[in-house]
Amino acid sequence: MSQFAINLIFVGASFLLYIGIAIWAKAGSTKDFYVAGGGVHPITNGAAIGADWMSAASFISMAGLIAAGGYANSTFLMGWTGGYVLLAMLLAPYLRKFGKFTVPEFIGDRFYSKNARLVAVICLIVASVTYVIGQMAGAGVAFSRFLEVDSTMGLIIAAVVVFVYAVLGGMKGITYTQVAQYCVLIVAYTIPAVFISLQLTGNPLPPLGLFSTHVDSGLPILDKLNQVIMELGFNSYTADIDNKLNMVLFTLTLMIGTAGLPHVIIRFFTVPKVADARWSAGWALVFIALLYLTAPAVASMARLNLMTTIYPDGTSAAPIQYDERPQWIREWEVTGLIQYTDKNEDGRIQLYNDVPSFEQEADRRGWEGNELVVNRDILVLANPEIANLPGWVIGLIAAGGLAAALSTAAGLLLAISSAVSHDLIKGSINPNISEKGELMAARISMAVAIVVATYLGANPPGFAAQVVALAFGIAAASLFPTLMMGIFSKRVNNKGAVAGMLAGLAFTLSYIFVYKGWLFIPGTNNLPDTPENWVMGISPLSIGAVGAIVNFAVAFIVSNATEEPPVEIQELVESVRYPRGSGQAQDH
Amino acid sequence: MSAGHSYDAEAYWKANLRLIFGSLIVWALVSYGFAILLRPMLAGIPIGGTDLGFWFAQQGSILTFIALIFHYAWRMNKIDEKFGVHEE
Repeated sequence: MSQFAINLIFVGASFLLYIGIAIWAKAGSTKDFYVAGGGVHPITNGAAIGADWMSAASFISMAGLIAAGGYANSTFLMGWTGGYVLLAMLLAPYLRKFGKFTVPEFIGDRFYSKNARLVAVICLIVASVTYVIGQMAGAGVAFSRFLEVDSTMGLIIAAVVVFVYAVLGGMKGITYTQVAQYCVLIVAYTIPAVFISLQLTGNPLPPLGLFSTHVDSGLPILDKLNQVIMELGFNSYTADIDNKLNMVLFTLTLMIGTAGLPHVIIRFFTVPKVADARWSAGWALVFIALLYLTAPAVASMARLNLMTTIYPDGTSAAPIQYDERPQWIREWEVTGLIQYTDKNEDGRIQLYNDVPSFEQEADRRGWEGNELVVNRDILVLANPEIANLPGWVIGLIAAGGLAAALSTAAGLLLAISSAVSHDLIKGSINPNISEKGELMAARISMAVAIVVATYLGANPPGFAAQVVALAFGIAAASLFPTLMMGIFSKRVNNKGAVAGMLAGLAFTLSYIFVYKGWLFIPGTNNLPDTPENWVMGISPLSIGAVGAIVNFAVAFIVSNATEEPPVEIQELVESVRYPRGSGQAQDH
Repeated sequence: MSAGHSYDAEAYWKANLRLIFGSLIVWALVSYGFAILLRPMLAGIPIGGTDLGFWFAQQGSILTFIALIFHYAWRMNKIDEKFGVHEE
């Protein structure tokens, strides 16, 4: 059977499964549509959160980022998991107790302000739309590589499948498809990792393999990797770094940004009890950790594999002949994600770090520049081919990458459509809308959101590449602090909350725009986006945490200078703090 | 909560805040501490070709986060029951 047929079977079977679930889990009420009826088991919800959270970026890109950056990029591992501790303790249980359907709804009610709710809706939509474009584009790429269709066509197929289960089933359909998608993606991610770990270290568990001995050299695998890459002019993989302030702030921005992302928070509204919201967070992190503990092992082992493929006789010997390159390099060259230029025309592949400090060594060996450019994103996708695994593993990777992209896309689309139908239509435009009317409005909003996301996925605007800056910056600087103050302070009032959100947002976006261009329009940046120009070495990607501090400070100062919130609001804050009675507070 | 429980309610919230505070100290210590700022201090403890700080950055902090959440959920259930604010 051809590889194409195998891929088609795996992807087709997984899509049939998702559609089957959609037909079984049709939403009959707004409560079904927004919070899956509110009766999801915490372990089920944990798996659904895992798929909701782990996007094309986690599945496809994260291992490549760590492989390239080594220790310095551990920030993604800690940042994208540490947020769950904050969710479990600072937000999820209380927002579940509040018992409504959307994140802006809590902000609007707690701060008794339509403006606060509107600012929250705008933040939610900007963050979620930026995020969803990447998922749709990721699905298109996975399709074009594995199913040999044009990436726009792939995008449309993916959108139709999401359309079926998200429009029909709302949160209910999304919940159960996410559980199925979690299973597909975690199996797809771990199987190749287990094989590679076995091949390189003899240990079948990748997280243990990472700290084990490399079978061929007898050295610890990280030592071996350091030795190989440093002999080729690259930085050490494990060495400590100098700019710790930026590393701390970037990790903090990712953590509080994770905790403030609406598509993650609303998943906690689907469990029956407050205690279940706490347990869900724990289970979610267990499911997420299965991938996040595997990723750093994949990163270092795949990088070592790549190096030993190019330099089979060691780094001091000559690299391989281009004509004798392995099959997987040939296949990825077709996609343009691996590029070779024979700069010194010796027919061999020189892969090294082309920096001034390595120039002498390069001259001595007659090298005239790095000749192989490997896109970081192919690391996970090409993993089974690099390790010579059978064809069905490649089919599995294709289905897994799509599951990761689609599950996150569906969660984001639900957050967007519920903000439109519940916060905008029911909340301000037409408060008297009937239950049936609102359910229809929710379905139409979902359909429109999918069409818009598909269009933007096929024609990505400039800001689509700025998911980390925009989505995490906004969630960290505006949503997380406001939600937290709404629960932990009775004193912060409507004026304080709105002023704080806007100040956090303005501060964060300005700092990002100064380096990345105003509204990300190329050429409009005031300063070049390089470490020498950053204030105190703080990257624009790390500024969300500082924006959060600005938000807290402004909100407290303005609140203390103005009147106390009304008594019924203080009672609302009291009530979200105590679990008893969460069952009744479902509807209006 | 009815007004009659207000003293208990206050003590319940304080117990929750204490537990959160303790948990977040550990949360910060393993990630911002051991994995980043205090890494040079742990450089002397070797583990599989690198040092303990690297392990915390790539694995240890995640494992600690999981333990922290389950510990918090378990302790809060006890506290909910003790103060009579748990759900049936």
